[in-house]
Amino acid sequence: MLELRGIHKTYEGQPLLLGISFAVDNAETICLLGASGSGKSTLLRMIAGLESPDAGQILWDGNDLAFIPPHLRDFGLVFQDYALFPHLNVFDNVAFGLKMQNQSKEKIKKRVAEVLEIVNLTEFEDRKVTDLSGGEQQRVALARALAPRPRLLMFDEPLGALDRALREDLLNELRGILHRTRIPAIYVTHDQEEAFTIADRVLLLHDGLIVREGSPAEVWANPESVWAAEFLGLGNLFEGLTVEGLKVRTEFGVFAVKCGHKHQVGDKVHLLARPLGSRNEANMIRGRVNDVIFQSDRFKVTLDNGLFVYLDEEPKVGQKIEVKVKMECLG
Amino acid sequence: MKRFLLFAIFLLLVAACAPQQPATLTVMTHDSFAASDSVIKAFEQANNAKVTFIKSGDAGAALNKAILSKDAPLADVFYGVDNTFLSRALAAGIYQPYDSPALKNIPAEFQLDSSNQALPVDQSYVCVVYDKAYFASHNLAVPQTLEDLVKPEYKGLLVMENPATSSPGLVFLLATVKHFGDPNYLGYWKNLRQNSLTVVDGWETAYYTNFSGSSGKGAQPLVVSYATDPAAEVMGAQTPPADSPVGVVLGPDTCFQQIEFVGILKGTKELALAQKFVDFMLSAQFQADMPGQMYVYPVVPNITLPDAFTKYAQIPSQPATLTPGEIAKGRDGWIQAWTDAVLH
Amino acid sequence: MRRKSNLRAFVPLWLDRPLLWFFPLSFLLILFFYPFFRILAYSFNVNTLTADNLNFAASVLLFTFYQAILSTLLTLVIGFPSAYLFARFDFPGKSILRALTAVPFMLPTVVVAAGFSALLGPRGWINLTLMNSFGLSAPPIQFIGTLGAILLAHVFYNTTIVTRLVGNTLSRLDPKLEHAARSLGANGPRVWWSVTLPLLRPSMLAASLLVFLFDFTSFGVILLLGGPRFSTLEVAIYTQALQFLNLPLAALLAFIQLLCTLIFSILYTRVVERSVVQTAPRSLLTHKAKTGREKIFVASFILLLSVLFILPMLALPLRSISRLDADRAQLGPIQTGLTLDYYSALFINARGSIFYVPPFDAALNSLIYAGATIVLSLLLGFPAASALAKPGRLEKILDPILILPLGASAVTLGLGFIISFGRLLTYPWLVPLAHTLVALPFVIRILQPALASIPDRLRQAAASLGASPFRVWQNVDWPILRRATLSAAMFAFTISLGEFGATSLLTRPDYPTIPIAIYRFLSQPGGLNYGQAMAMATILMALTAAGIFVIEKMRLPGAGEF
Repeated sequence: MLELRGIHKTYEGQPLLLGISFAVDNAETICLLGASGSGKSTLLRMIAGLESPDAGQILWDGNDLAFIPPHLRDFGLVFQDYALFPHLNVFDNVAFGLKMQNQSKEKIKKRVAEVLEIVNLTEFEDRKVTDLSGGEQQRVALARALAPRPRLLMFDEPLGALDRALREDLLNELRGILHRTRIPAIYVTHDQEEAFTIADRVLLLHDGLIVREGSPAEVWANPESVWAAEFLGLGNLFEGLTVEGLKVRTEFGVFAVKCGHKHQVGDKVHLLARPLGSRNEANMIRGRVNDVIFQSDRFKVTLDNGLFVYLDEEPKVGQKIEVKVKMECLG
Repeated sequence: MKRFLLFAIFLLLVAACAPQQPATLTVMTHDSFAASDSVIKAFEQANNAKVTFIKSGDAGAALNKAILSKDAPLADVFYGVDNTFLSRALAAGIYQPYDSPALKNIPAEFQLDSSNQALPVDQSYVCVVYDKAYFASHNLAVPQTLEDLVKPEYKGLLVMENPATSSPGLVFLLATVKHFGDPNYLGYWKNLRQNSLTVVDGWETAYYTNFSGSSGKGAQPLVVSYATDPAAEVMGAQTPPADSPVGVVLGPDTCFQQIEFVGILKGTKELALAQKFVDFMLSAQFQADMPGQMYVYPVVPNITLPDAFTKYAQIPSQPATLTPGEIAKGRDGWIQAWTDAVLH
Repeated sequence: MRRKSNLRAFVPLWLDRPLLWFFPLSFLLILFFYPFFRILAYSFNVNTLTADNLNFAASVLLFTFYQAILSTLLTLVIGFPSAYLFARFDFPGKSILRALTAVPFMLPTVVVAAGFSALLGPRGWINLTLMNSFGLSAPPIQFIGTLGAILLAHVFYNTTIVTRLVGNTLSRLDPKLEHAARSLGANGPRVWWSVTLPLLRPSMLAASLLVFLFDFTSFGVILLLGGPRFSTLEVAIYTQALQFLNLPLAALLAFIQLLCTLIFSILYTRVVERSVVQTAPRSLLTHKAKTGREKIFVASFILLLSVLFILPMLALPLRSISRLDADRAQLGPIQTGLTLDYYSALFINARGSIFYVPPFDAALNSLIYAGATIVLSLLLGFPAASALAKPGRLEKILDPILILPLGASAVTLGLGFIISFGRLLTYPWLVPLAHTLVALPFVIRILQPALASIPDRLRQAAASLGASPFRVWQNVDWPILRRATLSAAMFAFTISLGEFGATSLLTRPDYPTIPIAIYRFLSQPGGLNYGQAMAMATILMALTAAGIFVIEKMRLPGAGEF
């Protein structure tokens, strides 16, 4: 089990990480989600041993890794730009880690065939890696990381350079592979869709701290902070003032939202209005249709006041609509 | 890094093992030194020694290296100082005197150093050498004197070496100084320059690139070179020719005598062996070997010369000479004045 | 509680910088700085600083600069298109032509002078042909002894530096960058001007500096082809130190030369952005000339290179098989025709000389020295280049210093050796050490950009796959660097075979190499000597051409090439 305790890191004089602590359980996939520059890649590199923290500890099964060089950590790492060895063919790239373990030729051959089958590249052994497509290169990178049976797998924005359809396919495959192999994994991305697809647990990294941690469903249901809601694109965000009777007054109207006991009347609060229409809700947003975007299973409707909702049926531009939505108070 | 260490250890081993040969005599020479294998072997066997030669550049460079290293000499014996450099070598005090018993065989005219620090070994003459075929085919008379060389019919026909970088060039300059006197020699050189004199850096270029009589087939039929060249061309030919292709101009002061010396370097640890080697260089065996190897004349009289020498080499009857003292006093000034007059 | 981790950041090889620098710097300190400054200190004399001497120094310095700048520009003009030709086009005989253009680099000056005068001398082929065809009485082309001869010889010697260094980068440039520029509306010349040239700038500057330093310190070419009217600093140092024994003036000149070299080196390291040219890890994109313009370019440059490089060198093999006995028109039948006598004569110690060296032994000595120079300069060059590939403050200072041995006076250094090492000089291993001194700046300059072009990610990926620092080097750095390493090895090989400064730099024991054997033959009169010198020179040319050819072929097959 991997455990981080109070990791601090300063980068070029700027504090980057201000005390990161978390653990990865066996067979668990966690996802570090954050904006670019938030230090999530640095965190990965520290776990891999390529950089060292200014303070804090990285432990495996309770043992401090500070003095273990990267090549003895037995952690697999998959890079965004794949970092395939251009001078080696597919087979030799995948076999690299096995060769480092001085395994026998037959064993290497067998294992390479195995992992290439896992990533669906069975016929590719002799190909030059420079001749492969982006998706194929990413599969080779994954196979290469899997081959030595690492005790932890790390992914640094591995699908960033691929197109959407390919990304979805690969993501699902990866999810299946991680579940089958039961190797604990840390997945770093700035894309919440990717994160929610692959992760058992999501960690939101912001301003050097982990601001939210939980299963994708938990995080989705309760982002807990304005930043998280905005970053995850959960819906319409706007400010308002609490008024009497558990109500909040905003520029879009007065809504009945429970903001918890810590708020006094007259306090400024932030509201999140989820865009999906829901009949059972008490609050309603209104407006005139400004724009309609077709999104395969629904229509994204933008109103003249800037709010947006998802509808099953296409409204007419200029039409006045009212939609019941879920409203949450983020404090 | 391991490999580097191994290599370094290897180098150290080489360094450590090399000097353990018993009784090695190191002889520093200029690049032109040559000798027969059998002759040197005979010396080595007779004295149970190994002789190593270090070649140190041309005559000037070799001497200056010997002077620079006099506090920690590179060798035991230094051969190759000539009469143009003798005073400098003596002034630097690189030699220790040795009254070799062999000196008694050598005529006094060669013994320019009365302190016997530098002992004469060989002599030769720097002369104007001509291409016989050129003059024959052009129906041109061969020049006879230094004065002839400034005549219009010889315009552009002479190539010489720069006195500042080459020993024969310097020696030829000395011949004109001797003949015309200081400072009249400069007037002569200005005339030579007017007569399209060609100046090159050294003997190899002059002889092989510029001289038409050599195998390099250059453009000038007259070259400042050595009186032994006619013999050397025959001895160094692929098939011995009926006559030598080159001849020597033997007018008054067209040749200048060059004597080369050997001496024992101060600080040698092999003094006895060094003395034996000097004796050996003055012995009949070595003296007889020199002409065929270095194209020089022995200083010991009555040495049998190679056939080609007796047949083709020409000994000037009126060679020019200056004493080492005169040369030492004037040389740098003469070279500078010559450079200004001829090159600039 | 915060605990300060003392694990250092991951560096390639896990070696500390001081460790990387230890061997190269010790080497330079012992073999360069110590002897050089010792002789300067030994010789320096305040009384030398007279107006006359300073005027003299200034005028020599001026000419040294003048000819070096002209030569360098000319070399770039020829070398740059040649680099392009070799990097981008396929044509029959390419590898042979490329090997041949590198041969001059190691030919002794005496031999090159002989080749040039056979071609362009007063009685050279060209003048004789012109005289015969137009009935002229005097040779129309005055070449030997002019500034033109100096410039042409410098181009002849140094073009290969530009071709190699720029060609190396050119063949690794990502063609996508040029394609991108084209798609943005840039036409051919603008792509060159705005994309390709800026990317080539570091290697162009590196090549220019090396060429410039060779021209700046030129010695043999000035003496032999320029003649006594021309003098560079190095020639003046030689004359003052070894002929006039005016060591103080020689030291002053040597100091000026060193200072100039230092200034160039610093300027160069400042100007060259250390930013790495992103090179494409893919196959060389060479192709046959297709468009008319390409065909004209390729054909005309093949012709130019052949004329410039092959014709002067042709004189040597031709003369080595022609009967050379002096022309005796009036004295008997002229012997003409072809012969192999000079080659067979090489194998016979006709005069029983103790200094006779069989050609095989001379070749072997040359090859042993060259081999040792390759090994040594790579062993020292790799750590230095690794450190320079990620320059820190230390590297900014050391970078220009590493170039100094190339621009320092070889004559002065040779004298420094004498007063510093004494009898150690009589050991043969000093020869490859001295050659390494000249080869090292080349090796470092070739390896450093290649090392810097390897993305750190690759090393990190290897480390995360369980490769120890050594195995990272072995499995990632080395295969990718193989090409650059071969290039570097080739320069070390050629520098050693060419015996740079052999005559003036070293006082040496008798382990004659091929150039030494050539000089020996040329130091005595006689057709047989001259013929044997030409035969030896031909052997040297063949040996080096073969060596370069083999090295070129080694980089071609499969995996190492990308």
